[in-house]
Amino acid sequence: MLNFNSKTLVTKLARPHLKLSSILSFILASGLSLPVIADEEVNVYSARKEALIKPMLDRFEEESGVAVNLITGSADALLRRLQVEGEYSPADIFITVDAGRLHRAKKAGVLQPFQTAKIDELVPEHLRDSDDYWYSLSQRSRTIFYAKDKVTPEQLSSYEALADSEWKGRICVRSSGNIYNQSLVASMIEVNGAKATQEWVKGLMANLARPPFGGDTDLLKAVATGVCDVTIANTYYFGRMMKSDNALDQLVAEKVGVFWANQAESDRGVHMNVSGAGITAASVNKDSAIKLIEFLLSNEAQTWYADVNNEYPVVDGIAPPVNLASFGDFRTDKISLTKLGDNNLEAVKIMDAAGWK
Amino acid sequence: MMLDLAKRMTLFRPNWLMLISVAVALLLALPVLVILTNVLTGQANVWQHLIDTVLTDYISSSLLLMLGVGAGSLLLGVPTAWLTSVCRFPGHKWLAWALLLPLAVPAYIIAYTYTGLLDFAGPVQTLIRDLTGLSYGEYWFFEVRSLPGAIVMLSLVLYPYVYLMSRAAFLEQSANTLEVSRSLGYSHTRSFFKLALPLARPAIVAGVTLALMETLADYGTVKYFGVASFTTGIMRTFNGFGDAAAASQLASVLLLFVTCLILLERYSRRRISYHSSGIRKASNRKIELNKKQGVLAALVCFLPVFLGFIVPGLQLTYWAIFSSEGIDSSFIQLAWNSLYLAALAALIAVVLALILAYASRLNKRKAVQASVTVAGLGYALPGTIIAIGIIIPFAWLDHKIIAWVQEVFEVRFGLILSGTLFALLFAYTVRFMAVSLGAVQSGLGKITPSLDAAGRSLGYKPMDVLRKIHLPLMKSSVLTALLIVFVDVLKELPATLILRPFNFNTLAVRAFELASDERLADAAPASLMIVLVGLVPVILLSRSIGSGQAH
Amino acid sequence: MRDMTSLPPAHMLTDLDIKNVSVSYDDKAIIQGVNFKLVAGQIGCLLGPSGCGKSTLLRAIAGFEQVSAGTIELDGKVLSEPGSLINPEQRNIGMVFQDVALFPHLTISQNIEFGIQHWSKSERQQRTEHLLKLVGLSGFETRYPSSLSGGQQQRIALARAMAPKPKLLLMDEPFSGLDAKLREELVPDVRAILLAEKMSAILVSHDQMEAFAMADQIAVMSEGQIHQLDTAYQIYHKPATRFVASFIGHGDLLPSKVCGSNCVVSDLGEIKGKTDHGFKADEEIDLLIRPDDILHDDDSEFMGEIVSKWFRGSHFLYRVRLASGKVVYCFASSHHNHCVGQSIGLSVHLDHLVLFPRES
Repeated sequence: MLNFNSKTLVTKLARPHLKLSSILSFILASGLSLPVIADEEVNVYSARKEALIKPMLDRFEEESGVAVNLITGSADALLRRLQVEGEYSPADIFITVDAGRLHRAKKAGVLQPFQTAKIDELVPEHLRDSDDYWYSLSQRSRTIFYAKDKVTPEQLSSYEALADSEWKGRICVRSSGNIYNQSLVASMIEVNGAKATQEWVKGLMANLARPPFGGDTDLLKAVATGVCDVTIANTYYFGRMMKSDNALDQLVAEKVGVFWANQAESDRGVHMNVSGAGITAASVNKDSAIKLIEFLLSNEAQTWYADVNNEYPVVDGIAPPVNLASFGDFRTDKISLTKLGDNNLEAVKIMDAAGWK
Repeated sequence: MMLDLAKRMTLFRPNWLMLISVAVALLLALPVLVILTNVLTGQANVWQHLIDTVLTDYISSSLLLMLGVGAGSLLLGVPTAWLTSVCRFPGHKWLAWALLLPLAVPAYIIAYTYTGLLDFAGPVQTLIRDLTGLSYGEYWFFEVRSLPGAIVMLSLVLYPYVYLMSRAAFLEQSANTLEVSRSLGYSHTRSFFKLALPLARPAIVAGVTLALMETLADYGTVKYFGVASFTTGIMRTFNGFGDAAAASQLASVLLLFVTCLILLERYSRRRISYHSSGIRKASNRKIELNKKQGVLAALVCFLPVFLGFIVPGLQLTYWAIFSSEGIDSSFIQLAWNSLYLAALAALIAVVLALILAYASRLNKRKAVQASVTVAGLGYALPGTIIAIGIIIPFAWLDHKIIAWVQEVFEVRFGLILSGTLFALLFAYTVRFMAVSLGAVQSGLGKITPSLDAAGRSLGYKPMDVLRKIHLPLMKSSVLTALLIVFVDVLKELPATLILRPFNFNTLAVRAFELASDERLADAAPASLMIVLVGLVPVILLSRSIGSGQAH
Repeated sequence: MRDMTSLPPAHMLTDLDIKNVSVSYDDKAIIQGVNFKLVAGQIGCLLGPSGCGKSTLLRAIAGFEQVSAGTIELDGKVLSEPGSLINPEQRNIGMVFQDVALFPHLTISQNIEFGIQHWSKSERQQRTEHLLKLVGLSGFETRYPSSLSGGQQQRIALARAMAPKPKLLLMDEPFSGLDAKLREELVPDVRAILLAEKMSAILVSHDQMEAFAMADQIAVMSEGQIHQLDTAYQIYHKPATRFVASFIGHGDLLPSKVCGSNCVVSDLGEIKGKTDHGFKADEEIDLLIRPDDILHDDDSEFMGEIVSKWFRGSHFLYRVRLASGKVVYCFASSHHNHCVGQSIGLSVHLDHLVLFPRES
């Protein structure tokens, strides 16, 4: 028998009807078997990869007795799915790894505002939606990495400075299709304006050692093996490689240094993006959904993010990833995350126009 | 004359079949149509922006990619097919089936493995640096992550389509034809170019068309290699701009490419008679190669197997052994999910293909012929686009059903169609109909209308004729269709990712999630499993082709 | 599958009666108002150039085509009429195809037994053995069609079609795929086999020699109509229409003028037939002259110049230009060897006159 794990839920049996059984048997006969309906459950659409969310969901199930159902996928596809499913969407929670997508979801009308005293207390102002449609769960910093044997930290200062001609032929970046790059450029549009940002992208492109390629891990490897001297990447990839016992990863940990960008007195700080969650407008399990989000903000979950995926917690007082701590404290860009979402489209256009493939 | 008879063939009064086939085709074309209607709703400025900046890039890379993969798959597929079907050399028997093995390797996985192997950080270049003392940039090395790299990767896993089709064609060519040409003073080589190749041309073109459609639809490889092809462009527009309409517009341009491909393929078949001769003269006469030629032939045939299967297989195995992600019990569930999904999809695709193929055989009306073409369009669209094209109408239908149920029974239901395996199976069918249809139609083409008429005049009803004559004669092409769709579904990723129900994963999803999180080694066990599960049908396929020669 | 009880004994012979039948595709008439009758036990032939509708008529008899007018009856039972037709498998009519159409996945004996699966095993074996012996291919039971030559395949196709003892056997250009020598062997064989089985049959052919050798009754067809239904002798010697006259055998139409109730005047003088021809006096008509009607006659006053010649072993066939410029065929015995360009005397020997009104 096929297990069609559909969310064919009978959520409100207003008036039991004789014919209901015949409908059910029709559905069963057509190959859709109704899943056993748990007393309480919550359905999650997650752009976070299964490996980076499932363990915490399992812990939540254990602790609360609420069953959690999960689909992972790309944020845009899941968002699209939320939109077309509309008021009957089975999803209760939408999780992304980028504030811009949460903002887009809010604008698309698939989220609803929610607030609890606990969440309000835990999540800082700049890491949540201004209208309480979504909250950050973890932070990731995107900064500059350099080859220790060719570059000294003194030569580096800011993202902006990477467009200077002294870096000609020395920089690697990944493609502009990547959301982290889009988000970085979006933040620069907010600070420096569109025109200056486009000039910057052009300058950066002129400095590339080779066309954009790969993922952040590849970029770090490229720096370690001498393909280029400097790159921009998310720190958690570096943290992961530091922990690995793979020889190549160890080489990266040994040869590559972290530089916290834009730390000058007057400057804005390192670009941060977040993973976050919102509750869908169609949610029928809102209480459980809030419980789950509270759990993901608990000490246990926040510590887990730091330990397992080297991300920075959003909740004050939770220790940052241990192996990244050695690179010292840094100031983070406190730009409103909503702006990242607003500027995303323009960022892509600028990158297209300036030839960032 | 034969064509005439085919036209007048009245196995059934075929009106109901025609209706069904048009309905099936419309259903399968639904996602494509949904995408096309989206075209009209786009924001003009986004489209203008694309034209101003990246569109030419997308077009030129996609064209280069097609050109390259076309040439590559021909180069790998045709000579090996000819050698294994008409020559005798050491190992020709096992090479004949081993040449299909790369079919089991998904393109994105071979891309990962070769990147791991040949990239600047990989063992090969590290070894070069260690040995020579040079650093990166001071020596030349093939850049894997590039357009040429993508061409090589795609060619290595897509050539089996060309091999499969052209080998079948070479096997059908009677040895007599070739002997006649030799008696007229043609060498083996000249006979090959003057006779064997032109005769096999329709089959070869069909194979290349399949390979090129796969190339156009490929997303994993080009994205990983940073090639700005049409599919990466569509996804980038969809994701970056959040603009489904502009993405649809790009997808429509892609569809234009595909339509051209299909027309080109038709054109190449225009002078080939509708039915090949009913009975082919089996011949076991093969060209005996001398020792030197034999070794060379074996090498030529071994190379694609080595590069397309053995190397990535070994790399995956190595990673799997040393990865942190071991093969645990959850893998059994994943493998089972992949397996039954693929089997079910294959079954559906082949049944529908049979309906369409029979309708087009019995009814030469334009509507039927057009529906067969339309039904195959989905093959070249990236899975994501198809998935989007499916959830829109499904959700709409769901909403209607729910509203009705609510009104009549005062019961609130969840979604019935979207988010179920039904939607997923539908997506697979749309995506792989062309493959299934191709195999089934080529099989059906070999059954002449007289065979039907003979059955009828000997006292059999149409259904009995199907059972007693068509079924046994179609067996091998139906099996081929089943197996190819099975393997394709096993490898399919983007549509699965979007449409799968809650808590439902497949091997491909697992492999992708880990690989896209840049954990290649951890992705290896799942990848290896895909290859292994896919190997079973591929081997079956090879064997069925081999035994197709029995009488 | 067919009902055994409706099967008549093989010796009970049946008549085929085609009345006023038309067949159309997409409003285009392929067959128009055709009448055709075949007496039980006889072999008929639909003879005509390609595209004349003969295959369509055959397929209508078999039940593969609907008729748009008229009826087809076999043994007094209506098989086809507009809007209704008995399915091919219920007609008890066998068929042999131009492209043989043996089932490539079945052995020879399986092919032959295909239509008699409902018989008992021993009956089937007996029938197969008998038929294989009849077509001269005993011992081929377990072979596959692909291992047989073209002629052998056609014999098996015949055996397969005859196995269920059909009331009528239809053969669609069964010999056209074979070479001339094989055809010459096979044609009389097949006739003998059909006679031995007392089987009514209809052959479709474009080859008149094949038709003459096989058929008792020949229907000459052109453009969807039957021009003449008759014996081979009659069709050759008394063609009913100009088309039949020109399609069958060599022949020339000689412009002539009526000079009496059984007499015409032509380039070759006054020619008399034994019977009245029914044309009015002084009417301008065309006279059909066959090569064997004109003989080489040194004493004749009518001369002609030889344009070309063919040696046929027993005789010469000359092409001769008459005084009026008209060119005709002429036979001469093989010792009358003349050169091209030479003039020879000609005389006409005709029993009956075949005349057609002059076409304006």
